[in-house]
Amino acid sequence: MSSTHEEVKKKRKSAFSRRGFLQGLGAGTGVLATGVLEPEIAEAAPSTPLHGPDAVAITLDINGKPSKVTLEPRTTLLDALRNHLDLTGAKRVCDRGTCGACTVIINGKVQYSCTVLAIDAQGKKIQTIEGLAEPGRMHPVSEAFWNNDAQQCGYCTPGFVMACKGFLDRNPNPKPEDLKKGLGGNLCRCGTYMGIRKAVLEAAANMKGGSRA
Amino acid sequence: MDKRRVMGHPLKRLDGPAKSSGRAKYNSDIHPKDLLFGTLLTCPHAHARITSIDITPAQKIPGVTAVRAIKKAGDEIQWAGTEVAAIAATDEEIARDAVRAIKVEYEVLPHLVHEQDLAKAGTRAKAAGEQTVGDPDQAFKQAEVTSEGEYGCPVLTHCCLESHGQVVQWGPDNKIEFWPSTQNVSGMPTDLGRSINVPASQIHVHMDYMGGGFGSKFPSDLWGRECAFLSRDSGGRPVKLFLDRATELMIAGNRPSLYAKVKTAANKDGTFVAWESQSWSTGGYSPGGVNGSLFPYLYNKVENKRINHSAVSINAGGQRAWRAPNHPQVSFVTCSALDDLAAKVNISSLDFFLKNVNLTNKPAVYTAQLEKAAELMEWRKNWHPRGDTTPGSVKRGLGLGVAFWGGLGHDSQCRVTIHPDGSVDVDLGTQDIGTATRTMVAMVAAETFGLTINQINVGLGDTQFPPSGGSGGSTTIGGVSVSSRKASVNALGKIFDMLAPTMGVNADQLEAVDGRIQQKGNPANAMTWQQACAKLGTQTVSEMGENLSRNALKEGLINQGASGVQMADVSVDTDTGIVRINKIVAVQDCGLVVNPTTARSQIYGACIMSVCGALMEERVMDQQTGHVLNADMEFYKLAGINDIGEIVVHLDITPENDARGIIGLGEPPTIAGMAAIANATANAIGVRVGHVPLTPNRVLAALGKAGSQRRMA
Repeated sequence: MSSTHEEVKKKRKSAFSRRGFLQGLGAGTGVLATGVLEPEIAEAAPSTPLHGPDAVAITLDINGKPSKVTLEPRTTLLDALRNHLDLTGAKRVCDRGTCGACTVIINGKVQYSCTVLAIDAQGKKIQTIEGLAEPGRMHPVSEAFWNNDAQQCGYCTPGFVMACKGFLDRNPNPKPEDLKKGLGGNLCRCGTYMGIRKAVLEAAANMKGGSRA
Repeated sequence: MDKRRVMGHPLKRLDGPAKSSGRAKYNSDIHPKDLLFGTLLTCPHAHARITSIDITPAQKIPGVTAVRAIKKAGDEIQWAGTEVAAIAATDEEIARDAVRAIKVEYEVLPHLVHEQDLAKAGTRAKAAGEQTVGDPDQAFKQAEVTSEGEYGCPVLTHCCLESHGQVVQWGPDNKIEFWPSTQNVSGMPTDLGRSINVPASQIHVHMDYMGGGFGSKFPSDLWGRECAFLSRDSGGRPVKLFLDRATELMIAGNRPSLYAKVKTAANKDGTFVAWESQSWSTGGYSPGGVNGSLFPYLYNKVENKRINHSAVSINAGGQRAWRAPNHPQVSFVTCSALDDLAAKVNISSLDFFLKNVNLTNKPAVYTAQLEKAAELMEWRKNWHPRGDTTPGSVKRGLGLGVAFWGGLGHDSQCRVTIHPDGSVDVDLGTQDIGTATRTMVAMVAAETFGLTINQINVGLGDTQFPPSGGSGGSTTIGGVSVSSRKASVNALGKIFDMLAPTMGVNADQLEAVDGRIQQKGNPANAMTWQQACAKLGTQTVSEMGENLSRNALKEGLINQGASGVQMADVSVDTDTGIVRINKIVAVQDCGLVVNPTTARSQIYGACIMSVCGALMEERVMDQQTGHVLNADMEFYKLAGINDIGEIVVHLDITPENDARGIIGLGEPPTIAGMAAIANATANAIGVRVGHVPLTPNRVLAALGKAGSQRRMA
């Protein structure tokens, strides 16, 4: 937002010529040459090790524990969680950053895990719904969803719970109007929004303005 | 109904903790050992003939375990998205690469993907034959007021959040383990068995949770068959194949469109005297679409009517049942046309629908429901004639729609087992598709045994349990409540028989209340449930119960015939064309309400689906390419939490309705909402926007056409 239109154009132009230079190098640039090149990547490219196309071993910090996993660099965090780590609370629904069913919290920020590459999530604190509460216990948001029947088929529910958790971390005392905007990034097909509205307010009251997880 | 201790109470759903903590394992979540990933190659053309197909490049890719050509050279394809080949590989990424390596050449053929203009459909339209009642020509000639209009609702897709698909393992000795996302657990072995030529008894279906079906998940499907063969061809390793979102929206079912030109007539006092409609619809390539003979909806005892309906075949994926097949579309067109007629007569549509209520099948019920909805909406205080005349660009209006549905319970069998330690299993091959079936079954059993729902262990979603019907047509609650009630009563009878000598009374003098077995009228002669069951020693009690739909009405535990009225209050910004929902009122009966909390949730959800249908949802086809342009969730729009206004639900819980018995609720509240919202919009802005969804474009066009508002300041 800070750069002006002109500045962006200038950057793009320089990136373009930079790409031409990289292409000239030949080996190892195939991956970069096919995509749209961000200026930052172009600048950093010579010193950044390239990943792939074969599988790479990485470690992800998930729910406070290191998780080792070997996957292709193109694998999304969502697919890493679901296909490699059996953490299936996050669901794959739209698979392109629209519906929120795959919501997780990364470094305290609510994110769609289908739009994050697993290799880019290295070194970050990833929280999934499985890490919200100790086994056998329910997080206040989950409990409020149950209390207010804020689920039917339940497929959107884990993503919604994570979005609500992140929302309440930032807005511990929400007004009904706030949550209509703050939770607009998640979709439910069964139509459980009435219950979710009540659940978020109840969870906010029960968490007494503080995060428990 | 006052004596019930469990049924009729607003209990929380049993699987709520599992769902809201992410622990519930859907079949798309399961990951058996050695799992492979399956992917489909689909056809990019709406109409084409395959000239060649070569799967060998895919077979050479490391990690690929099986490749299957579903189509062969010479096969004709009738819609984009048709399954052409299937692949299994060790990783999902490899499977996707391998699909791209398959070489298919097509001869592209001419296609039709639009049905909105009947005149352009040519031979692709098939007329159903005219139906005439009374003398419509004479009636229109003599009528004091007539109204004409064009109305339409497009094809919608189910957009189940868990896409269609399954995990299959073709085990040794042709034993098949099958984990589908289905509304039809007990029906799956026969359906899949037929398509893979394996006896149904060899197929074991498992499904604990299911991520939405709405009518689209009854068959085992071609992708079920291919997934099974991929597993077989991969040496029996399990294969997971769930459709990607684009394929899901193209080929996994849709709700047929309905377009109509309608002429109506009334007397000056508002008496509805004649209906004439020319309607058409598409359900994809195969013949189908909406049943046009339902016109006019609910008010079908009108003396004079003429109905013509055509089914249009287009080159697009096929229809499937969608909550309340036919009804939302026919209700929308009918209620829109009658609302226009009421405006011509210059009376409120509430008064019009009340005045003609004798043309419905249940005049007293609809009168009461219309009045109740009007009270909750403050209709008589807030209603104004067509066109909000208050200053400013935002106009407000009210509208209504009506609904009816059957909802008699399907065939169902249930087995109840009582163990000596007092634990109770209630097992049946039904499924909980989000409607809280698991909780309902537990409530019926708990009521019968005098226990709490947490003391009942419900088993469902498994073909090892007695068969129960598919969950469609609002038939599940009726079916499973009868079978589980009867099985519970039978099992309890065995306990009573055993205890009677010990307690010194006849078995028919015993009752189960609050965790005790006691003598009726003498609660001092009692023992706890645990003490009673301990007397079984090493035996268990195992009893069956059954619902047969053909006997159900006679037996009287359940019933059919739900009625509903919905009203909408909307605001329309005549500068931007944006329609916002202020409030929706839904008045609904469904006989005996087992759980008012989850029943209300169903109705809230149905109203929200109607908001989607009225304002957002539309499968957009491109005639140039033959593609679905919005086979994704950015442009196939669903309502979010901020789009739905306030929803007020009134469940008609009365002794009279309770005495009718249990009636299904999944479909009834999905019917009337689109009409209510469209009519409220017409009431607000003074002109009819005939086609939903009521997008800003359409609203502005209607306003421009009517010339009643300036669009730009």
